[in-house]
Amino acid sequence: MSVDMFAEPVPGLRAETVAGVAARRLVVVGNGMVGQRLVDAVRERDTEQRWQITVVGEEPRPAYDRVALTSYLTGTSAEELSLVSEDCYDGERCVLHLGEPAVAIDRDTRTVTTATGRVVEYDALVLATGSRPFVPPVPGADLDGCFVYRTIDDLDAIRERAASARVGAVVGGGLLGLEAANALRSLGVETHVVEFAPRLMPAQVDQGGGEMLRRAVESLGLDVHVDTATEQLTALDDGRLRMNFAGGVVLDVDLVVFSAGIRPRDELARTCGLDLGERGGVQVDDACRTADPAIWAIGECALAGGTIYGLVAPGYEMAEVVADRLVGGTAAFTDCDTSTKLKLLGVDVASFGDAHGATPGALDVVYADPVAGVYKKLVLTDDASTVLGGVLVGDASSYAALRTLVGQPLPDTPEQLLMAGPSTSSLDDAAQVCTCQNVSAGAIRTAIADDGCCDVASVKTCTKAGTVCGSCVPLIKTLLAQSGVEASTALCEHFDLSRAELFDAIRVTGLRSFSDIVAGHGRGRGCDICKPVVASILASLGSGHILDGEQAALQDTNDHFLANLQRNGTYSVVPRIPGGELTPEKLIVIGEVARDFGLYTKITGGQRIDLFGARVEQLPIIWRRLVDAGFESGHAYGKALRTVKSCVGSTWCRYGVQDSTSLAIMLELRYRGLRSPHKIKAGVSGCARECAEARGKDFGIIASDCGWNLYLGGNGGFNPRHAQLFASDLDTDELVRLIDRFLMFYVRTADRLQRTSAWLEALNDEHGDGLAYLRRVIVDDELGICADLDAAMDTHVDTYADEWAAVLDDDEKLRRFVSFVNAPDVPDPSIRFVTEREQIRPADPDPDPDPDPDPATGPVPIAGAQLEVVRR
Amino acid sequence: MMPDSLAPVSDVLQRVAPDTRGAGRNGWVDVCGYDALSLERGAAALVGGVQIALFRTYDGGIYAISNRDPFSGAYVLARGIVGNRGEAPTVSSPMHKQVFDLRTGRCLDDPDVAVMVYRVRVTHGRVEVYTGSEAAA
Repeated sequence: MSVDMFAEPVPGLRAETVAGVAARRLVVVGNGMVGQRLVDAVRERDTEQRWQITVVGEEPRPAYDRVALTSYLTGTSAEELSLVSEDCYDGERCVLHLGEPAVAIDRDTRTVTTATGRVVEYDALVLATGSRPFVPPVPGADLDGCFVYRTIDDLDAIRERAASARVGAVVGGGLLGLEAANALRSLGVETHVVEFAPRLMPAQVDQGGGEMLRRAVESLGLDVHVDTATEQLTALDDGRLRMNFAGGVVLDVDLVVFSAGIRPRDELARTCGLDLGERGGVQVDDACRTADPAIWAIGECALAGGTIYGLVAPGYEMAEVVADRLVGGTAAFTDCDTSTKLKLLGVDVASFGDAHGATPGALDVVYADPVAGVYKKLVLTDDASTVLGGVLVGDASSYAALRTLVGQPLPDTPEQLLMAGPSTSSLDDAAQVCTCQNVSAGAIRTAIADDGCCDVASVKTCTKAGTVCGSCVPLIKTLLAQSGVEASTALCEHFDLSRAELFDAIRVTGLRSFSDIVAGHGRGRGCDICKPVVASILASLGSGHILDGEQAALQDTNDHFLANLQRNGTYSVVPRIPGGELTPEKLIVIGEVARDFGLYTKITGGQRIDLFGARVEQLPIIWRRLVDAGFESGHAYGKALRTVKSCVGSTWCRYGVQDSTSLAIMLELRYRGLRSPHKIKAGVSGCARECAEARGKDFGIIASDCGWNLYLGGNGGFNPRHAQLFASDLDTDELVRLIDRFLMFYVRTADRLQRTSAWLEALNDEHGDGLAYLRRVIVDDELGICADLDAAMDTHVDTYADEWAAVLDDDEKLRRFVSFVNAPDVPDPSIRFVTEREQIRPADPDPDPDPDPDPATGPVPIAGAQLEVVRR
Repeated sequence: MMPDSLAPVSDVLQRVAPDTRGAGRNGWVDVCGYDALSLERGAAALVGGVQIALFRTYDGGIYAISNRDPFSGAYVLARGIVGNRGEAPTVSSPMHKQVFDLRTGRCLDDPDVAVMVYRVRVTHGRVEVYTGSEAAA
């Protein structure tokens, strides 16, 4: 059973691929996290489209992030949890049948039959059926009010019951049990955790760690019962349940959630005669292949190397192995690192390596601080020379560094390691820093030394380390520091300060000219990096027109000419059209201006109109016409608020629930002209259909039945990202205040050219959960700056003035808008256009440009001619 | 509105009447008043059919280089941000930010590239560019 048998297409009934080669049929049973990962991995690797994929799944919805399931109860929608990209299931090469569990496999005819009677033929079959929650065989465990915790449907049922419940219990104090307990608590239910073992999280932590964890969990108001066996459940007359424990103790509750481990779903494999393990699980080899060479099994239903892995990371690795094999590779699944670090109920818990000291003769070194709620244990070999594993509760900051030491000689005294964590200089180059992406310390050191990475972001980009779970980010920071690379936040050679520091310095000192600022906080005469930054900061601080006095020299060409430079040296002009709403009269004016100046005209993505091809000296004349008709600058040229896009909303739309257009116009007028580290885009949708694509914006608002939901930190562009839900059901005043503070805080603290999404990611790196931190700052006012932020925004709104009109009223500023200082009326002769689709476009630049100067009147070069001038 | 397109640039340039006001005095051509140049900002000038970018730096220095950005082919260098890199007074192309040494025309981001540099001086508050036109004297 070599891989090659799959490389040869079997003749017979075959769908045609795009290339006309017979496709082979891959059937995947199960559309959970691991099944979906397999589909994605095959699609990515199978570039020749040799596989035609059919997926059958039991649940009514496509794969979602089960790890983040609990967040579903705190506002994350099912759609947001989805792991399936929009273009995955195209209905041809890749087909998904939901709500249709497979019920039989016929290995002779190579077919799978589903519950609806559909019969699907396969050349390769992957079982990704996952697991079911284990419900202990307790009498009464099937009574009304008993639940399990695995699917979105389970959570919907729990939530419904919890609405009228006061007390709930979770049976199971492991990882999943504590997740479930957290969920019940978030639903406002008084929560008990019942664990059969003598400690919480018995699989991950030892007795001491479990004890520390119990204290931490109890301090949150949960009741923990360890060493407690549930013997029977009985229904009470009032619909409640009585839990009867061994020893005669009882507990009356409104609901019970069983979360006491998982069992592999191997019944399909069993009935078709595949080998199973003694305690279940489909037996697979290191290719994740079953005894039948056409059938593979991955994830929680598979028994690989004698182990059933209940974590998603090994499942993903199995999916990658099978995907590789399906395209002819030789990848193998080996022992998987089951180290875990998580935050349960706000408590850091981590375990790695041989956490329980199962190695013969293993020694424990334990540090416990019951007051601080910290417990740390290192497991060492019997000669105390080598690290085998460990447990961390309450403070897992040294997890990433300690984990890399497993199997390594002890670099320091055990006390030192436990108290301060290992010094990273002792880290072997081979030590794995990022287990998710398999990146070693050596690879990161190389990235720092040879590829010039000088901060966490560039190491992430370069090596992919820290891009999945992020637990190794502190270690990357230390490696950066150890390498002697100062993670420099200096703006450029003229300023050692970061943008945020410079902002504060300028705000506090009141300096308002570049000369004073560079004299006080920097050196030299600036450059194209720091000058626009200072210009932007001065503008954000309300220092008058951006072309006033010395400020003018700081502006990038776009801001300097209040228009957008195009490839041939001409500019485009974008008048503001708030919310995309425009009267016919004004639309006609734009058309007339475009016609009279011969401008190329195009509708933008932000619901306005861009007029291209204006020469510098034409700009004021064009603005005059537009301003007289009631238009103003749209700031398309600035790092500033651009547009607030909107759908038509409840005034016209049959489906709209709020007036999105009015809100968009109000917000656009409020924040117009606000200078910021990068451009800011926004959107308002009048209902959940989201026609304004608000979640692709820096701030997006989506109407709900009873107010507005605010999403922050989205963007399109190079690296598209959805905005995240920040607050729900706000009234308009609350909404505006939150946006005010969000924008001002961003303006003050972000790096140069850092969009809000990257800024939030940086907050994640710094504060763990960027959105939560932001909430603490702009909702809870933890830093005590909200009043200041509010005042700053109020000042911005009060002092806003149209930048175009101000230039038209100022002869001094108008002087800049000439083609040549010695021939102000001569149009730039290099600007040439050709016609395309009845409009102009720039002609290609001449390959041999600089003409020989007129020998009589032309200037004489003193340099350049002697130099090797390469023309490009 | 549309210039007759696709004519070679050199032809176009030659057809534009050069501004030779004040041409004379040993080949130095008067371009504009020193005051017409903003501090640390450029201005484009047309001298004998050639587009020149003039810059007035913070220390009172004055520089003249070709206005053509060799990377994009657009005549825009006069609209770049003026500053310094180390000892060198610089302008950065507004198109794609390559930085040029105003003294030598060298591109500091790509040593294979340079732009023309012209002789320029300030006399009696007037900016003059050297044209080598002894005949005009």
